[in-house]
Amino acid sequence: METLITIVLDGLQYSSYLFIVSVGLTVIFGVMKILNVTHASFFTWGAYTAAFFIGKFSEMGWPDAFGFVIIFASAAVVGLVLGLLIERGLLRHMYERDEVLIVLATFGLFLMLEDLILLVFGVNPYFAYQPMALLESVEVGGITRDVYGLTLIGLAALVALACWYGQNRTKWGKLLIAVIYDREMSEAMGINVTVVYVVTFVIGAVLGALGGAYIAPTVSVTPGFGVDVIVLSFAVVVIGGMGSIPGALIGSILVGLLRALAVHKLPEIELFVVFAVMAIVLVFRPEGLFAPAKPRKI
Amino acid sequence: MRDRTVIGLTLGLGICAIGGYFVPDWFMNQMMFGFARALAIIGLLVLWRTGLVSFGHALYFGLGAYTVALMDINLGVTDAFVRLAGAMLVTGIIGVLLGYILRNYRDIFFAMLSLAFSMVLYGILVKTEALGSTDGFPVSAPTFMGAAPEGKYYLFVLICVVGWVSAVLVHSYLQSTLGRLTTAVRDNEIRVEYLGYSVARAIHIKYVISAVLTGAAGALTAMALGQVDPDSMVNWTASGELVFVTILSGPGSVAAPFIGSLIFELLRTYASEWAPHAWQMIVGGTLLAVIFFLPGGLWSIAARALRGRK
Repeated sequence: METLITIVLDGLQYSSYLFIVSVGLTVIFGVMKILNVTHASFFTWGAYTAAFFIGKFSEMGWPDAFGFVIIFASAAVVGLVLGLLIERGLLRHMYERDEVLIVLATFGLFLMLEDLILLVFGVNPYFAYQPMALLESVEVGGITRDVYGLTLIGLAALVALACWYGQNRTKWGKLLIAVIYDREMSEAMGINVTVVYVVTFVIGAVLGALGGAYIAPTVSVTPGFGVDVIVLSFAVVVIGGMGSIPGALIGSILVGLLRALAVHKLPEIELFVVFAVMAIVLVFRPEGLFAPAKPRKI
Repeated sequence: MRDRTVIGLTLGLGICAIGGYFVPDWFMNQMMFGFARALAIIGLLVLWRTGLVSFGHALYFGLGAYTVALMDINLGVTDAFVRLAGAMLVTGIIGVLLGYILRNYRDIFFAMLSLAFSMVLYGILVKTEALGSTDGFPVSAPTFMGAAPEGKYYLFVLICVVGWVSAVLVHSYLQSTLGRLTTAVRDNEIRVEYLGYSVARAIHIKYVISAVLTGAAGALTAMALGQVDPDSMVNWTASGELVFVTILSGPGSVAAPFIGSLIFELLRTYASEWAPHAWQMIVGGTLLAVIFFLPGGLWSIAARALRGRK
């Protein structure tokens, strides 16, 4: 019973983390049709910025609770700066090019940003345990858990809710849906597609950075730790259906629980199982489990 | 044999094989790794011409390399020819099987599905103690029909010859009717179908060709390096590297991969010496520069120079 609770909690926690990271990826793909490898950079930069400033402010004697402000502030700043730079500086010159070529361009940019991290933050790992230590731990069904990890689940739920609300209950969401279905037609109807693209990309970037910033206190932030996350979120996004927000939710819950189950019961298949599921889903439902229906254009 | 590409390749083979004897060891090593990888790049070039990019060819690179290592450890096979044949057989079989699935996919889905397959292998390798886990295996020095030569010159010549044979075969394949379908498939699949060719079959064949060539590249690299490991050979970043060298070389000619791959190898050596923390930055910057300013890759510079002289 206790193992079961551990597996479920571990799984949900991991799912939440995956969801926050991959929802940005899927939103960007859904609207802009770009598979954005630099998403890993948003993640890493968010984590580094948060870890760096949490350490700095803690040294200066600020209260540990301020760490939470830093986490959200770093996510917003990193997402805004990197997102704007990348969209305006690179991607807007590529919208007419081949999809696969855009993936390669973002891959090139990702590599550059990885090294830029080393130049800016150095090669030593960062530890930003303060926010996690602040929240201490709690007993759930006889098992001691970090409260910080549990707040991750709450944050993911909040993000999911905000995405749902944004897409279904606001004017912006309607514009977005129009652009997703037919870019040219919505442009003809007077929607400023450029603005929609920029805003979408920045939102995606902020979410990616938030994933990194929020996870930073629970890990040691070392060079290259975004590399694994990005392929995992590819898997999540593909399983759920590229471009679908509910898909990203289901995908991350599936991947998170499967992985937790594997870690506790059969550690050898931890990585294997995730990508095996991804391959199986692609083989039987290439558009993913929950891909939005595509209108046929004539 | 009037074909200019074939003449050029043969000249290149002669120069490299003889020159390799005289150049310093470090440079021969560079050529060895560069040319071994070039085999994989030829394979990716065939796919690239069809409009397909695989983000998972490290699957075959790794399979080839690990086949060599496992044959060495479990069966004691040291003969370079047997190892190479074994690796090509294994990757060929897997290529045929996965090809049945992959031939129905295009664009981003093709890239993603091949990524998934390669990560499945990576997941198995890093978590399985019996397969070397994250450390991989050492690979003993190859022998040649019973001869166990000092140094790596024999292996180097083998790599050159295999490279020549593959390049000439792929070149003549691309000249054949089936081979010429590559560009046709990329441009308009429906027309190709109406002309009476099966697009799925054409893609399947190209996929198997690229799989076997990449397997050979992995096997030769494993022997040249004397080591196999999952992170530099099977992880998705290894696939990315292969794609990068393909873009850098350009799809213009089967000779391009050899030049592109050698330049990549030299670049890496000098970069790690002068700017150890900027290697990825150089690679990334080059990739962006090639995509934006040199869509035909390095080969397009060479091609322009050749045309100018004529």
